[in-house]
Amino acid sequence: MAELKLMKGNEAFGEALIREGVDGYFGYPITPQSEVIEYLMTELTHERTGMVTLQAESEIAAINMVYGAAASGKKSATSSSSPGISLKQEGISYLAGAELPCLMLNVVRGGPGLGTIQPSQADYFQATKGGGHGDYHMYVLAPASVQEMADFVEDGFDIAYKYKTPVMLLSDGVIGQMMEKVMIKEQKPRLTDQEIHEKHGDWATIGRIGGRERNIITSLYLKSDQMEEHNQKLQAKYKKMEEDDCRWEEIQTEDADYIIVAYGSSARISQKTIQLAREKGIKLGVLRPITLFPFPKKPISELANRVKGFLAVEMSAGQLVEDVRLTVNGKVKVEHFGRNGGIIPSPVEVLEAIEKLIKE
Amino acid sequence: MDIKDIIKPENLVYKKTELMTDNVLSYCPGCGHGTAHRIAMEVIEEMGLTEDTIGVAPVGCSVLAYDFMNIDMQQASHGRAPAVATGIIRTWPDKIVFTYQGDGDLAAIGTAETIHACNRGENIVIIFVNNGIYGMTGGQMAPTTLPNMKSSTSPFGRDVETMGAPLKMTELVALLPGTNFVTRHAVHSPGHVRKAKKALRKAFQNVKDKKGTQLIEIVSNCNSGWKMTPVDSNEWMVENMFPFYPLGDIKVDGKIVKELH
Repeated sequence: MAELKLMKGNEAFGEALIREGVDGYFGYPITPQSEVIEYLMTELTHERTGMVTLQAESEIAAINMVYGAAASGKKSATSSSSPGISLKQEGISYLAGAELPCLMLNVVRGGPGLGTIQPSQADYFQATKGGGHGDYHMYVLAPASVQEMADFVEDGFDIAYKYKTPVMLLSDGVIGQMMEKVMIKEQKPRLTDQEIHEKHGDWATIGRIGGRERNIITSLYLKSDQMEEHNQKLQAKYKKMEEDDCRWEEIQTEDADYIIVAYGSSARISQKTIQLAREKGIKLGVLRPITLFPFPKKPISELANRVKGFLAVEMSAGQLVEDVRLTVNGKVKVEHFGRNGGIIPSPVEVLEAIEKLIKE
Repeated sequence: MDIKDIIKPENLVYKKTELMTDNVLSYCPGCGHGTAHRIAMEVIEEMGLTEDTIGVAPVGCSVLAYDFMNIDMQQASHGRAPAVATGIIRTWPDKIVFTYQGDGDLAAIGTAETIHACNRGENIVIIFVNNGIYGMTGGQMAPTTLPNMKSSTSPFGRDVETMGAPLKMTELVALLPGTNFVTRHAVHSPGHVRKAKKALRKAFQNVKDKKGTQLIEIVSNCNSGWKMTPVDSNEWMVENMFPFYPLGDIKVDGKIVKELH
């Protein structure tokens, strides 16, 4: 049964994993997302649904456990925060290369290095441009509320299995730690072993049932023509994602002269800025990318034909702004406003940046 | 009499297991990997485990094991096979899962994954082929390279003062409560092959009976990396590797059966 609850973003993500019918969660503690594994352990997931929750010896081990389970047709997930996600990059590259579906959550904290435990969006490049080695992308969803921390679990797995690809939720310390009301969906049953054979038996390594030909999971292609062919297959997948599964939200853009492009917490803050700006007679709207990869190029490009300027607002030193500039392609001005190191921008600061953009 | 007249079921004395493919082995002639592959596959076939077994082969000479082992296989990143195997066995507890790892993989880059999988007692078979060198990358020093042994990154011999002493991972994991059967074998002579195969059979039976982690070390040669002929390399192995890595059971049914030092 669906239920309305008051939860932290990290807990809502955990509960959504259980209700999604996930088979295995493998994690390692790191602030500000340790509530995910704490919640799952407290909920006794194995008793509730048969879902395995395991604390690994490292983020590296955790992502490789995800690899093993995913490659055997089991629905698997992990979560971490920035330094931990860096450790997972090799594993993520292998998951992308071997075309394995899984879900990962990054509750971003300030960096670089050990950085700080306060919220940040400084892992945008890492999430959207590949992160690990090789030509690959993850499908990246950016939740802006506790509700979306839960909802994007189902959406993320749908995409992961549709494209056989790793999916990341790029969240931040604000969304992970804040409590909001959240409608949690009803429990989905986990796939039975028989259903896994039927759905994934053509590729997953679950034993040569009925004497079938062997299945192999690999990202190794020693012949360069085969390696290129495999790369082209991956690229075709990313192109299809862009055509069919790009998501964004437009807030008061219909009559807007200026557009803020912001995702996650920054998009929430920028919504308040719309109100402050409109009180001053500035027609401001927000375009919120919901998927960061694929990036919503189409709506931004269309808006660029009729607005006077864009402001990318992000809790990072100028990462999102690069994609906005590439998309706008010089048609109108694109400026950046960012705070970093764990500082959350205020709606007034953002308004000042908009006023500066108008003046210049 | 034509040869075709001889090929009859009643005349069959030896047959290649169906679980080895017909692909040409990519290992150097003289290397022990081929024999180790074969006996592992024979055990799986003879025990009727083909439909339930999943193998994991990480980076190293045996990264292409899936080309030769005719069962469901996953290729894993360097050192992470025990973590990958954990993901499989935890979500498919009734399957038979094994890893096939080299010494650089298991005892250097994958030390943490090996120790922790063993410590949790993951119900898997770890086949650990130890030839004291990094074979695939061209003969560099491994964590198991013997003192004073030459390699391309210890060209004047392994100096234990600056390069550390060889790591006996097998003895180390035998001390962990999660390991059930820990044993060391070789495959250079028919007698040794038979003993190694018997140990593999025991290990696979033990995971079928859900007894916890099984680690079978196979001390092997690397004639290319050691820059010797195959025959010389096997002799050198007996004279130099075996005194340092003595063959035999270390832990049986969860009990240490050998004095460890």
